[in-house]
Parts: sequence; structure tokens; C-alpha cells
Amino acid sequence: MSAFAAALGRELRLAIREPGEAAAAAMFFVLATILFPFGVGPEANLLARIAAGVLWVAALLAAMLSLERLFLGDYEDGSFEVLALAPLPLSLIAGAKMLAHWLTTCIPLIAATPLMAVLLDLGTDGYLVLVAAMALGTPTISLIGGVGAALTLGARRGGMLLSILVLPLLVPVLIFGAGAVDAAIAGHAVRQQLMVLAAMFLAAAALCPWAAAAAVRQALE
Amino acid sequence: MSRLHRFASPARFVRLADRIQPWTGWAAALLIGAGLVVGFGFSPPDYQQGDTVRIMYVHVPSAWMAMFCYAVMAVCAAAGLIWRHPLAHVIAHGAAPIGACFTIVCLATGMLWGKPMWGRWWAWDARLTSVLILLFLYLGYIALANAFDNTARGDRSSAILALVGAVNLPVIKFSVDWWNTLHQPASVTRIGAPAIHSSMLTPLLLMAAGFMCLFAALLFVRVRAGLLERRLRALRHARAHAGGMDTGTGLS
Repeated sequence: MSAFAAALGRELRLAIREPGEAAAAAMFFVLATILFPFGVGPEANLLARIAAGVLWVAALLAAMLSLERLFLGDYEDGSFEVLALAPLPLSLIAGAKMLAHWLTTCIPLIAATPLMAVLLDLGTDGYLVLVAAMALGTPTISLIGGVGAALTLGARRGGMLLSILVLPLLVPVLIFGAGAVDAAIAGHAVRQQLMVLAAMFLAAAALCPWAAAAAVRQALE
Repeated sequence: MSRLHRFASPARFVRLADRIQPWTGWAAALLIGAGLVVGFGFSPPDYQQGDTVRIMYVHVPSAWMAMFCYAVMAVCAAAGLIWRHPLAHVIAHGAAPIGACFTIVCLATGMLWGKPMWGRWWAWDARLTSVLILLFLYLGYIALANAFDNTARGDRSSAILALVGAVNLPVIKFSVDWWNTLHQPASVTRIGAPAIHSSMLTPLLLMAAGFMCLFAALLFVRVRAGLLERRLRALRHARAHAGGMDTGTGLS
């Protein structure tokens, strides 16, 4: 456990010393969201109707931006060779990196979400559910995205490829994440959607670090 | 199991494939031809859908094959990762574009059927969406397999992706049961008797068998080509390596 904490601490220290990356993802999220009122027109009803989906799509795309760097730095400078020899299983190292990605990239996105929801005229019933759905859904983005980042290590056009591989797999998160907010605004129960989001998160947490470790290991061979 | 491993030898596989391939090709032509004749000439129009129902004789088998190809790909990917048979990766790479084409045919015929029947080309229901994701998984797999200079890396990375994406197969299969979709539920493979009359089931099954033979025939061609391509690359690599050593000794 202490080794996992050390691995996580290393990732967080690296992120704190390079704060631009997390800030860039949050900036992208804000800008991408702001583009929609210009694109579809500022009509309040229309914006309120599409707000949940827009915020989810923008969050997905913003998270994609920073995923490419998740394993690449350590892979290129050779640190991964050392980490792979460490007593901590490679799957836990991958898990620590995914957790660090969630803490440094997705938490700022979640923090910015209520403000963006105000700009998009989301109904007040939806706020709490939107933040809860984001909190349950974004870890799945970090986990599945981490597998994609590990698979594309050293590939040509890795960043673009990463989005192509990962976004189709994240469609269920988008469906249930936006669906929960729509249900809350319409006055229906949201328990079911949130439970599905939590189930997807737990399944991804069990499988993705392991798959990412397998992908990293074959990249190191 | 060890009997199966004998076929992991590429040379043995190519010998076997050369013998079977013409048969699968002719069987595909005959079965698809018969299926088309029966489907267009002898099966009755549906009492609700009219002649549009005949699209189903292409749509349903291609949907089955789209999923079957992915299953073949995933099983070969697993075999390639576990036993490190290069042939398994070549088969998985060979199956991917064929499966992608079946998926495109399935989606295109579904849209042609959907316009007159549902009044719209595309409905975002669970079955359609999950098949669309299947197409993107195929395309992502093909892109990843070709994204590395090192063949072995492309093999193993894409194999892991194929296994991760296999989650989608049960979602496609059961999407019509889990969600209340516009797409109709299974009517052939349900427990008990199929819910279609034999006059329509016959062309459907003929086409399905024909598509299966077509898949086998195309796969054999693609695997043979893939093996030759790898051999060529290895030869080029060896020659470049030897050439590089020559120039290393002087300025020639």
C-alpha cells in the first residue's frame, strides 16, 4: 500500500510541477462548451435541453487531450524500465497513473462543470445529479483511456489513434451520464443511471489497470 | 489441444488453406446465388413489409457475420497473446477488414430498410448504436495494428484492444432484450421454434451459409497474403541489415 502511495505521490508531484497540462485540459473544456451557444444559438430552452450532453462530450474530449501523456513521458525517458522492475506490480503502477490522471485532470473538470451548467441554463434540478454523474463517470474515462494510452505507446500518430480507440468504448458512459441528468430534469428517478455508472466504474477499475499493464509490458519488450 | 497447435505452423496452414480455399469459394458462390434466387423469386412478400422484407436476406446474415468475425478475431487475438503463435495474429488481422465490410453492409442494408419501414434512415436505438460502435472497434483495431514499425508490437497491442472490445459483443446480442428498442428482437435463434415461416427461413439460412463460406474463402486469401507480406518484410529487413553492414566498413 505504501508503495502504491509512493507511486501516486510521484505522479502528483510531477503534475504539480507541470501545472500547465491540467490547466490546459480545463481551459479546453470551458472553451469547447462555450462554442455551443455560438453554434446552435443562445436560445435558453435549446441550451437547457442539450446542456448535459454538451458538458459530457466536452469533458470526454478534454480528458482525451491529457491522456496521451499518461505513460509516454516515462516510456520515452526509460523510467518505465525501472518501474517495471520495482516490487510493486505493474498493474498497480498503471492504476496509480490513472488515479493521478483523474485527480489532476478530471477533478478540475468536475469543479468547472457547475459554472458551465449555469452558462448553458441547465435546470437547477440537474446540478447535483450532473456533478454526481461526473464524479462516478470520469474515473471510467481515466481507466479506459489509460488502456488506450498504454496500447498506443510508441505508435505513429499516437494521440489521434488514442481518441479513435477510446471514444467508442466510452459511449456507454456518455449515454448514462447524460441520461441521468435528463432524467433528473424531467423529474424521474436517477438511481438506475447512477448505479450503472458506478457499475461501469467498478468493472473498469478491476480490469483496466491489468490490461494497461499487459500493454505496457509488451511495449517494454 | 496439442492436435490444434499443429496447425499453428504457417506452412502447414497454407497447404491446408490451398486445398480448402477453392471449395469454400465455390460453395459461397452457389449458396449465395441460390439464396438470392429463392429470396427474390420464390419467397413470399411479407404481409406488412411487402417486398422490403427481402432486404433481410442480406441484412441479417451480414449482421451475424459482423459479430462472428469479431469473435474469430478476439479468439485469435487471445491465442496469439497466450501461445505467441504469429499465425493467430495474421488470422486476426485478416478477419478484421472482412468483418468491417460485413458491418458496413449490415448498417447500409439496415438503413435502406429503415427508411420505408420506420420512416427514418437511422434511429439511435441500442442495437444500431452498438453495431456502429462495433464498426469503430474494427476500424480502430485496423489502425492500431498498422501504427507500429515493429510488427510484433502491432500484433500484441491490437490483440489487447480486440479483447477489450469483445465486451461489446454481448451488448449487441442482448441489446434488443435489455432495452426497449425499435429494432425487433431475435426471431431465428430464440428458444423453441423460429418465429419465421420456412419459406422465408430457407433463403435466410442459404444466405447465412453462403456468407460463412465467403468469409472462409476471403480469410484464406488474406491470411496467405499476410504471411507472404511478413516473409517479404523479413527478407527486406535482413537485406537492409546486410547492406548496412557493408556500407559500415567503407564509404562505398
